[in-house]
Amino acid sequence: MTIEPRKPPSQFIPRLQRALGGSAGWSGFIVQLLFVAALAWIAYEIVANARANLQAQRITAGFGFLANNAGFDVSQSLIPYSGSDPYTRVFLVGLLNTLLVSVIGIFFATVLGFLVALGRLSPNWLLSRISGGYVELIRNLPVLFQILFWYLAVLAALPNPRQSISILDSIFLSNRGLVVPKPVGTAGFEPFVAALLIAIVVAIALWRYARRQLFLHGKMIKVWPYALGLVIGLPLLSALIFGAPVKFDVPVLRGFNFAGGSRIIPEFVALTLALSTYTAAFIAEIVRAGILSVHKGQMEAGSSLGLQRGSVLRLIVIPQALRVILPPLTNQYLNLTKNSSLAVAIGYPDLVSVFAGTTLSQTGQAIEIIGITMGVYLLISLVTSAIMSFYGWRISRSMG
Amino acid sequence: MKRVSLVLTLAVAAGLSAQAASAQTLKTVKDRGMLSCGVSQGLPGFSSPDDKGNWTGLDVDICRAIAAAVFNDPSKIKFVPLSAKDRFTALQSGEIDVLSRNTTWTLSRDTSLGANFTGVTYYDGQGFLVKKSLQVKSALELNSASVCVQTGTTTEQNLADYFKGNNMKYEVIAFATADETVKAYESGRCDVFTSDVSQLYAERLKLANPADHVVLPEVISKEPLGPMVRHGDDQWFDVVKWTLFAMVSAEELGITQKNVDEMAKSDKPELKRVFGTDGNLGEQLGLTKDWVSRIVKAVGNYGESFERNVGAGSKLGIARGLNQLWNKGGIQYSPPIR
Repeated sequence: MTIEPRKPPSQFIPRLQRALGGSAGWSGFIVQLLFVAALAWIAYEIVANARANLQAQRITAGFGFLANNAGFDVSQSLIPYSGSDPYTRVFLVGLLNTLLVSVIGIFFATVLGFLVALGRLSPNWLLSRISGGYVELIRNLPVLFQILFWYLAVLAALPNPRQSISILDSIFLSNRGLVVPKPVGTAGFEPFVAALLIAIVVAIALWRYARRQLFLHGKMIKVWPYALGLVIGLPLLSALIFGAPVKFDVPVLRGFNFAGGSRIIPEFVALTLALSTYTAAFIAEIVRAGILSVHKGQMEAGSSLGLQRGSVLRLIVIPQALRVILPPLTNQYLNLTKNSSLAVAIGYPDLVSVFAGTTLSQTGQAIEIIGITMGVYLLISLVTSAIMSFYGWRISRSMG
Repeated sequence: MKRVSLVLTLAVAAGLSAQAASAQTLKTVKDRGMLSCGVSQGLPGFSSPDDKGNWTGLDVDICRAIAAAVFNDPSKIKFVPLSAKDRFTALQSGEIDVLSRNTTWTLSRDTSLGANFTGVTYYDGQGFLVKKSLQVKSALELNSASVCVQTGTTTEQNLADYFKGNNMKYEVIAFATADETVKAYESGRCDVFTSDVSQLYAERLKLANPADHVVLPEVISKEPLGPMVRHGDDQWFDVVKWTLFAMVSAEELGITQKNVDEMAKSDKPELKRVFGTDGNLGEQLGLTKDWVSRIVKAVGNYGESFERNVGAGSKLGIARGLNQLWNKGGIQYSPPIR
């Protein structure tokens, strides 16, 4: 007769207790349950109360208004839009304008921020002082003033459309914005794009091959002349065979304004300029802190290997610094996106201006519109931090 | 302990919102000892602070008249300057008791905002302001122009309708406040500034060289401007409505700031009703018997207020036009006070 080993007592119940109630067990669980129920009740009360009050005051509620015609126009839209489109379209127009200014602002802020940080760390006395001065000046002035400054300064400096500064009679700069010829695709457009794509893919393959050779056999192969030749030559060849890929719709001054061409409105320029220079000052400090956090032995080791200062920074210091830089950098990206809502001060049609502004006052449905707008900013912010976290995870993984 | 404070918080919150729903505005105003009046952020002639910080203007006079009727003191007012965009929210939330801020009466605003218009203080229409140097004679010549407009106004929609209706292209740049809009127009960002005609005259005064700018002849819309109160408080609605009617009636009856005491002694039955020496009309409104004389003493009759703020006696110099009394060629009309 064999003696069956006694089964260990089930861990399920105690585990559940711990999971639900922490160290306090079941009583803790009941307290938590009550707390959640109370929260739900408060939320319900708030919604029910608001609804009842809105009804009592006969303020329209619900999201039905979104299907109504907007009836107003917008100065900049990335998608076709006219006043007879519904409010949902206005929402999209505003959202895209917000995203446009945020993405471009983030790009320039990052580039400028890195440059200023490197400048500030540079052994060149003048360069480091100028960079330091930039940071101290820009980050200590309120961003709204900077937006207004750029807007009014840019506007004041520019002539009216009839006296606009023109380059070759096809590019015009005036207080209506920068008008450039608009490329319109022709028959040669698709082959051109295909040729360009092929050239880029081949160039990347070449570069990877060269890197492999370098890592495996220590052979340095110069590929950039071939890559460049491909990227320029192949599309050029396609253009010669199939004809020019685009023709240009050249703007012409007609009446008060330019007809044809594409236009970048001054509101956009001023907002992007202000947001990216402002945020760049903070990014510069973050990048500087990140670089300084890398032990100087790393730099010395790089130098003693015979690498130049630029290469040391690019290959050794910045990859290590990025770990420190990324989290606060994400904050700055989020700040820039949120600050873009100051656009309303200079008439740039962002989400807050056209949706939480004009649409709100036309429909009077403050709760719904503010709710949607807050939700959208929350979503943009969460997506931005998710992307940045993913990037950070990749970096830390690649560094082992 | 925690639970008790939570329940308390909830009770207070529920109590507050219940109060907001069925507000007795007149009582609230009396208890507070102060009228909270939503005005513009500075529109000469209608509502703007002078160099000493005193608010003046036609819209301001309506508030002063209400304060005079309630407190017999036209200075018991807190003025709340509001942008076009924020004005309705401020009224809905109860931050202000009355919105007297050059606001156009439209059907959708009457029905969907939870607020009611009490009357028309100024019959206006939308027009265009352009630089003289552009040599534009008519709004129909404005094809492809850039237009500056204040956001959150009926103006924005009228503009879209007008240009679309006349097959003209335009570019609209919308700003949050009137000042920003005018600044952009002055800096040359726009060819045209559009708004209610009265406002165009008022804003033109703020420009560096008012004479370089001209208001085009077209009036493209009806803009009846008037005060607004929250929906669902009929007593307060009546008080605000009849305050304006009292000013118009006073003009019609020839009661002025100067002769009001004299007229109050009159034996005419009509005047006796108005001044409350016969009957208690004012008390029926929840005010006092002498409400009309309080109003006229404080701000004068409608005509006096008009002339002082926007008419011949002011910098704006706007003609009475539609805002003349009904028996003098205009359409300002008050139902009888009886």
